[in-house]
Amino acid sequence: MKKNLIIIGAGTAGTMMANKLNRRLDTGQWQITIIDRDNTHYYQPGFLFIPFGIYQPKDVVKTRTEFLPEDVTFLTDEVEQIEGELNQLRLKSGDVLDYDILIIATGAEIAPQETPGLKEELWYKDIFDFYTYEGAVKLAQKLKDWKGGRLVINLAETQIKCPVAPLEFTFLADAYFTDKGMRHLVDIKYVTPLSGAFTKPKATQMLNGLMEEKEIEVVPDFYLASVDNEKKVIVSYDEKEVPFDLLITIPVNKGDMMIEKSGIGDEDGLNFVPTDKFSLQSKKFKNVFVIGDTTNIPASKAGSVAHFEAEILTENIQSFINNKPLKATFDGHANCFIETGHGKAALIDFNYDTEPLPGKFPLPAIGPMDLLKATRANHVGKLAFKWVYWHMLLTGKKLPVTTHMSMTGKIKEENKETSLV
Amino acid sequence: METAITNQALATNTEGYLLDYTQWTPDWGIEVARMYVIELTDKHWEILEWLRQKQAEGVALSIRKVGNSGITDIKQFYRLFPGGPLKISSKIAGIPKPVSCI
Repeated sequence: MKKNLIIIGAGTAGTMMANKLNRRLDTGQWQITIIDRDNTHYYQPGFLFIPFGIYQPKDVVKTRTEFLPEDVTFLTDEVEQIEGELNQLRLKSGDVLDYDILIIATGAEIAPQETPGLKEELWYKDIFDFYTYEGAVKLAQKLKDWKGGRLVINLAETQIKCPVAPLEFTFLADAYFTDKGMRHLVDIKYVTPLSGAFTKPKATQMLNGLMEEKEIEVVPDFYLASVDNEKKVIVSYDEKEVPFDLLITIPVNKGDMMIEKSGIGDEDGLNFVPTDKFSLQSKKFKNVFVIGDTTNIPASKAGSVAHFEAEILTENIQSFINNKPLKATFDGHANCFIETGHGKAALIDFNYDTEPLPGKFPLPAIGPMDLLKATRANHVGKLAFKWVYWHMLLTGKKLPVTTHMSMTGKIKEENKETSLV
Repeated sequence: METAITNQALATNTEGYLLDYTQWTPDWGIEVARMYVIELTDKHWEILEWLRQKQAEGVALSIRKVGNSGITDIKQFYRLFPGGPLKISSKIAGIPKPVSCI
C-alpha cells in the first residue's frame, strides 16, 4: 500500500509543494493528496491593482486544478481538525484521512471581526479592505466616484500578509488621484503600529522620504483598538484618534480556524503554527511541516518567501523520508517589488540577518535591478511577475533567483545598528 | 557600551537594552523604570516576570501575546507602560528589544 503525503491548502505554497514533491518523490510509493475548500485560485498580488483599475477582476482568477499535476489527487473538502497524535484529519464531509506526512499550507486571511467597529455599518460603504477579491472589487467602484476627503490607510497589526502592500496601495492612491487631477482634494494619512513606514532602518529611511515627497503623513506607533462608526474615527489602545472619510484597513491577519480547533496555534491566538524557522518542521509533530503564511516564523508573509521555503522544504521532506537529518535551512529570504506609483517600483531583498540594503540585484538574462530605489525597470519586473507566477512559480519551476539571499551587488555600510521596531 | 545605574554597570546596546538578560536584577528594573517615570506596581512586576519567563523559553514576543497572557489586556498594558509598552517593558525586564518580522 502507498504511503500518504497530504497537503492542506492549494494556494501559492501548497500548489508549489504538490508540483515539486510530485517530481521528487517515488510516486509508486507515495500518494500525494491536496485539499482545499474550493477550486478558485486567486493571484493575490494582483488585488492591489484592482482598486485603481490597473487590473480587471478577471485578471486574477483561475482554477486550482489547472496548476496541479495529474498524479496528485485534488480533494474539495474542508479539514475541520488535525489530530496530530493519531496522524489523521477529520474532514467536513465526515471522512477521516490518515497521513504519514502532513504539510499545512492554509495561509492567512483578514479578520476584521477582531476589531470592534471595523466590520459594522460603514463596512464596504466608507471602510474597505483590498486583501480580498470582494474588497478590492468593491473599492474600485467606490474610488471611481469618490469626491475626495480624508483617506486613511491603517494597519491593524504588524504580522500581516505582504507587508509592503499597504505602502504600495498608498503610493498608487497618490498617483491615482494626481492623474485624476484631484490630489489637492485628498488628504492621505498612513497610520501604522510600527515606528515608521517600515521596520528596518534603511528601507524605512527610503520609504519615509517617498512619503514626504508625496505629501503623505505617516502616523507611527498607532495600535488600533476600535473604530467609531458614528464619529468616523479610528481609535488606538492609548486613545489617540484619527478621523477619516474613507478608511482603507489592513485588518488583523489570522491563520485558519482549523488550527485553533486542532490546538496547534501560537499563543498570540492568531492561529499561526509554531514552526522551526530553519527546517520548517512543526514544533509539535515531527511528521508535520508548515509553509508560507501559515508559519509563525519571523519572515515576511509573502509569495517570494513561500517560494524559497518550498525549495528548502522539498529537500527536508526527502531527508525525512530517508531518515536523514533535516539539513536544508531556510534563511528568511524575501524578495519584494514595491510599487511607488507613476510607473515606477523599488525592490528589496533581505533575510533573517540582513536588512534590505541599497545596491544592485543581479538577475541573469534580464540584467541587474536597482535595490531600494524607484525605477521603471523594477515596475516592469513587478508586472512581469504575474506571468512568472502563473507559468513558473506555481508549477515549481526553477526561477533565476538563489534560494538563500546573496550579498552580491548589495552595498553594506559600516556602523549597522540594531533594527527598529 | 555600558550603562551605569545606581552602583551597577551592565553591558547594554546603544539603546540601553541589556546585552545579557541573565545579569538583570530587580534594582536594575526599578532604575530603568524611573527613567520612564514609571513607578513599578505589583501588576508591572507580574508582567515583567512573565516577559522574562517567555524570553527564557525562547518565545518571540508581541503586544498581542502580552494581551493574551491572562495577566493583563492590551489597554492596561498601554496604561502601565505608556508610549511603547512592549519596547519599554522589555528594556525594564532586561530582555532584548522585540524585533518585528518584516
